[in-house]
Amino acid sequence: MNGAMNAAIVGIGQTEFSKDSGRSELQLAAEAAAAAIDDAGLAPADVDGMVTFTLDSNDELALMRSLGIPELRWMSRTPHGGALASATVQHAAAAVTSGAAGAVLVYRAFNERSGHRFGQPDANRRGAAWNWYAPYGLDTPAKIYALWFQRYMHTYGVTNADLGRYVVVARKHAATNPNAWFYQRPITLEDHQASRWIVEPIIRKLDCCQESDGGVAFVVTTSERARDLKQRPVRVVAASQSHLWGGDIMFNYYHPDVADFPEASALARQLWSTSGLTPRDVQVAMLYENFTPVVFQQLEAFGFCGRGEAKDFIAAGNIELGGAIPVNTHGGLLGEGYIHGVNNVLEAVRQLRGAAANQVADVEHVLVAAGRSAALLGRV
Amino acid sequence: MPPVIPPVPGHDDEFFWAGVHEGRLLAQRCTACQRLRHPPLPMCPHCRSLAWEPAELSGRGRVYSWILSHHPSEPDAEPRVVVLVELDEGLRIVSNLRGPPADAAIDLAVEVVFEETDGVTLPQFVPATS
Repeated sequence: MNGAMNAAIVGIGQTEFSKDSGRSELQLAAEAAAAAIDDAGLAPADVDGMVTFTLDSNDELALMRSLGIPELRWMSRTPHGGALASATVQHAAAAVTSGAAGAVLVYRAFNERSGHRFGQPDANRRGAAWNWYAPYGLDTPAKIYALWFQRYMHTYGVTNADLGRYVVVARKHAATNPNAWFYQRPITLEDHQASRWIVEPIIRKLDCCQESDGGVAFVVTTSERARDLKQRPVRVVAASQSHLWGGDIMFNYYHPDVADFPEASALARQLWSTSGLTPRDVQVAMLYENFTPVVFQQLEAFGFCGRGEAKDFIAAGNIELGGAIPVNTHGGLLGEGYIHGVNNVLEAVRQLRGAAANQVADVEHVLVAAGRSAALLGRV
Repeated sequence: MPPVIPPVPGHDDEFFWAGVHEGRLLAQRCTACQRLRHPPLPMCPHCRSLAWEPAELSGRGRVYSWILSHHPSEPDAEPRVVVLVELDEGLRIVSNLRGPPADAAIDLAVEVVFEETDGVTLPQFVPATS
């Protein structure tokens, strides 16, 4: 089967998620990684591969020295930030499936609120790739994405209040997740509508993910080895990326029709055909949301509802705990924290272990979709 | 943050900015298969020819998408409408819509003008006059 993996996630670890960690990014990475290795019942010497983001400031060798890992034989990094958050699963799974590595540590750690903030404009974003955007005022991710989202909202008659109904659910889930930045702080639709515009007329402040300090890590090994380890393993059923001609990292402006998210649709086709599963076989969906509209686009692309139906699907309660397909049960990147989407992988693992704060009953499969990468995880 | 971040022309797009300074909206036209392309690329994705010439565009099109962009650090600065324009030639280009933000609407017919802001000349769009 194309894309089939012989791999399992066997350990997870994280720091607290905050607005000011008070320590180095390397310390956050080391704390999360050590916790993940311990959780798996492995020793640092068992880890022989590492995967992180190209944007991660923590050099593999520095982390290796910190953890006391004696030897590595695999390193790779995923580009394009959070859009490839689930590609870290694919990289690690491909490495152990091929035998290139025996146990791969995936990590992502940053001080993304107290240090360099992604949401702020950066006058140094210069050079050929930015000439077509930055001079015209597209100087933050919120603006860049909003110019794309507008087309979706216009085509399907989606209003900002429709977006707010997702945010209310995310904050409701976060309110009962002790790991979440917004633990015990739910909101109403009125609160959402009263928050200030970030980009008129598309997204308000409460539609934006929570810039956070923190680190997360997980360990991937082969299915065979996973059976002998401490935790109930979580199988990597399928994992893929999708990049289509005419697309760009953030400037998704040039496909024939950008009302939808063609890369997410292509990912859905790949994952469903590789796994033989359908949306009905998935009990929980983790859907990356740097900004609210991506949840709508991904719900539709993966077939949980039809085109243009996400606003009604969400309003009917389908994505809440107890609904047809609970989404972002940890509160999402809006409610739990923005650890660049890799915290979504950890929540998927907790749901499949039966150990989530907001546990869904009888979880067999979880989708972790992150824009242009996605993974299907399953109970062994 | 400057009011307008100036472009930094490179090898593949200096023709475009030279055109802007002459008041002409240009795109690459492949001299092998005659197709237009924007943003610029060194190779034609349709026929892989490296040969191209600058072609002047009509400067007319319609608004495909838009947002209102507030200056990130100067809340009192006049916001700019950022538009994604679909030109009559079928190319899409990001620019600004000059004039009152209330004019911004998908499918609004627009035409190009060239305006200088704080020493930076950019192609801008206004509602079409005819």
